[in-house]
Amino acid sequence: MPKMNLSHFEAAVLFALFTSVVLGIITKKTDRERVRYAAYCFGCFIAAIFGLSWLMYLGHG
Amino acid sequence: MDQAPAINTSPGKWLPAVLVAWLIPGGGHFLLKRPGRGGLIAASVAAMFLLGLMMRGALFTPQGNDLLTMVIYYGGFVGDLMSGLLYFLTVWLGYAQPDVAGHVHDYGTKFLVGAGLLNVLAMVDAFEIATGKKD
Repeated sequence: MPKMNLSHFEAAVLFALFTSVVLGIITKKTDRERVRYAAYCFGCFIAAIFGLSWLMYLGHG
Repeated sequence: MDQAPAINTSPGKWLPAVLVAWLIPGGGHFLLKRPGRGGLIAASVAAMFLLGLMMRGALFTPQGNDLLTMVIYYGGFVGDLMSGLLYFLTVWLGYAQPDVAGHVHDYGTKFLVGAGLLNVLAMVDAFEIATGKKD
């Protein structure tokens, strides 16, 4: 099994991607709604990643 | 007036789908003839689990004397277990990564548990489809 080294950002984006896909599939009824909700969740994850990253950066001093 | 869909909660109706969904991520949806959704779930859960292994994440084993440690380790163990055959194959093939410091290992551990938790959501979805609560 090859070893993989990912940065915090890469790992968090991959986590967001897979989680968003599953959340989209299981929560909505039509394919269109699923795609929209998965994209919405992914956007929220990315916004949270950037927002919390800046918060930690600024809070760290 | 719309009629509510008929709901059948007998175990014979949903148990096979939920069991297959646990053992093979996405398998429950394939069994219920939802191959598109099943394929996406299988790809997402398997990719997350494999990335966790490639990042050398640790698999939890039940342990702990104090409450917090027990909650973390037992909870993590259940999360790992929920990946079904992916977990069993990994253990049977001898994967034994110790819990070491480092953000990559840490993400790997979370990916392994996360894959199991996503599979739990897929199992619930398979249950709802099998019982007629959703399409």
